[in-house]
Amino acid sequence: MTKRSSWSLPYFIFLVLFVVLPLLLIAGYALTDANGHFTLSNLGAFFTEPKIVNSFLVSIEVALENTIICILLGYPVAYILARRKSGNSAVVALMFILPMWINALMRTVATAEIFSWLGIGLGKGTLLFGMAYDYLPFMIYPIYNVLSKMSPSYREAAQDLGANSVTVFFKVTLPLSMPGIVSGVLMVFMPTVSTFAVSEILTNNTIMLFGSVIQEQFFNMMWNQGAALSLMMLIIIGITTLFTGKREEIAEGGLV
Amino acid sequence: MAKNDFIIDIRHIKKSYDGKTVLDDINFYVRKGEFVTLLGPSGCGKTTILRTIAGFIAPDEGSVLLEGKDISQLPPYKRPLNTVFQRYALFPHLDVYDNIAFGLKLQGVPREEIDKRVKKMLKMVSLTDYEDRDVESLSGGQQQRVAIARALVNQPKVLLLDEPLAALDINIRKDMQIELKEMHAKLGITFIYVTHDQEEALTLSDTIVVINEGKIQQIGTPSDIYNEPCNEFVADFIGESNILDGRMIEDRKVEFIGHTFDCVDEGFGCDTPVDVVLRPEDIYIMNKLDGAQFTGKVKSCTFKGVHYEMFVDTDNGYELMIQDYNSFETGSVVGLFIKPQDIQVMHKNCTENVLDGVVVDENHVRFLDGKFECNVPEGLCSGDEVEVSFPFDKVELMDYQDEGDAEGKVYFLIYKGDHYHIDVKTSSGLHLLVDTQDVWDKEDLVGINIAPEFITIKAKQQSND
Repeated sequence: MTKRSSWSLPYFIFLVLFVVLPLLLIAGYALTDANGHFTLSNLGAFFTEPKIVNSFLVSIEVALENTIICILLGYPVAYILARRKSGNSAVVALMFILPMWINALMRTVATAEIFSWLGIGLGKGTLLFGMAYDYLPFMIYPIYNVLSKMSPSYREAAQDLGANSVTVFFKVTLPLSMPGIVSGVLMVFMPTVSTFAVSEILTNNTIMLFGSVIQEQFFNMMWNQGAALSLMMLIIIGITTLFTGKREEIAEGGLV
Repeated sequence: MAKNDFIIDIRHIKKSYDGKTVLDDINFYVRKGEFVTLLGPSGCGKTTILRTIAGFIAPDEGSVLLEGKDISQLPPYKRPLNTVFQRYALFPHLDVYDNIAFGLKLQGVPREEIDKRVKKMLKMVSLTDYEDRDVESLSGGQQQRVAIARALVNQPKVLLLDEPLAALDINIRKDMQIELKEMHAKLGITFIYVTHDQEEALTLSDTIVVINEGKIQQIGTPSDIYNEPCNEFVADFIGESNILDGRMIEDRKVEFIGHTFDCVDEGFGCDTPVDVVLRPEDIYIMNKLDGAQFTGKVKSCTFKGVHYEMFVDTDNGYELMIQDYNSFETGSVVGLFIKPQDIQVMHKNCTENVLDGVVVDENHVRFLDGKFECNVPEGLCSGDEVEVSFPFDKVELMDYQDEGDAEGKVYFLIYKGDHYHIDVKTSSGLHLLVDTQDVWDKEDLVGINIAPEFITIKAKQQSND
């Protein structure tokens, strides 16, 4: 071992202790039953148990909806911020980031309180509101990043070739900002699928998201079942990230 | 010349940013099919003019006429002009074909027609078979060709080129110059070309518009501009030259470097101070001294490939740059000769500094953003506006800005054979001309001092309104 590579030893130990070992534990628990015998039934439950299948589908649906809401709200904000000359754009950016300085759980509880004070019943609408509120900055930032680095000459070239501002946006600005959108989607979609506290607080436990199911199983000491679902979740996230990661390399400029 | 011959007519364009004038009353026209170059140092406003024509910048005043119609209010996408951008600005998400077809698709040109025209363009820029290539996989020269094809495929009335070759290597640049000129001749489209490279401008253009500090200095054919520069700036910027202080004795007689020469210029009046421009290749140098107008001693001689470049000290102590196919030994005494038609005489813009000032007290006047000691004539009191004048050679430039009564930056300088003529610009944009023996460089920060006894103060004539 050369002198320099020995510097990485602490990180290596850290990785083994806090990443590799827990992952092995999860896999181990997922593939065994309560008595420690090898089984695939825990994993099978992901596909067969109606409650789990349903919650997974609902989670995907909510995550998709939340992602779309975040794109629709976040893109215009990022666009306006990036087009601003300078100065007060930092203030506007801060306005969106400032809520993140408050603990997410506290924020969510407070949001729920506001809804009940306003007399709005908790349900899917409030869940989507809370999620968009939580995840919007993660969408704005990568898009803003790409847009603000984009040379204005592309826009000018398109105008020069006869494109009005609407065409310029759809033919040039939007396609060129795709890497930012992809980064934003990665940062919003994945965490929303596995979130649990938000859905519990903002729907009063009427909507069970996948994260809540896992949490519930651990809560009820069903370690093996919980671990199996976590493993499935991990595999799905891994596949999606690989899939989007490739496109990222070509386009560059994203956050991830 | 018939009016309808003008495809572009620029009238009284003015533009300023944050109170700083970028374009100051720009007027010129471009004839149909002409290759016009806007030439000037960086920051002179040439790109601003081009962007004004393209529609990316709205002028504060003035108008842009295309075939006699005012297009100043039209957005860029409605102007039948296309631009080749300095950094190409090719769309990275589209391949070569789609980049070139971009404009045609927007116009709704039928598919087969697009295909035909794009392929024709690709052939013209020698990029056949590159249709499916990713634009970022192309070399700089190839990207530039795609950018030119993308603009030309729309058959614009005028093609605007913003330093299109600046980012290319010297060899590719030379080839592209020839290709551009061929394309221009073949297509008959009017080209307006922006560059800071005087050689490029001389090579390519039918007409050159020399710009400095947001003002047009001279408009003319390349040979006009080279042979008959109208002021020191143009003479210095275009090619190499000896610029000297001279005196027009009478018509066809001019005195400089301590000798009197015959020339071909008339109408300057008698005994008028002028600037004289001598191109280094126009001074004849020989070993024999009889028949020479004056003599000199060779100070240095450098081989430059085709010719030798020599610096010669003349008998009256002026330094001249001379280019000749023969080399002359350093230290040798040579005979020198200048033909009358090779002497370019120019009016001097001014013979002393004249500035606006305000009286502070009986011994001080404020001008050039500084307070100077001087003799204020009787009858003027504090707050009065005055005209301050002083000779070029009575200004002293200091190494440190705080050593002077005012401060500035060396903006432009030329060597006049026996002294430097320096243009110093203050932070508020005022100019001060200085004649000095000291060597300064462009962008040097200097302090400005003026000996009080040489400053003349005159009350400003009151206007009657």
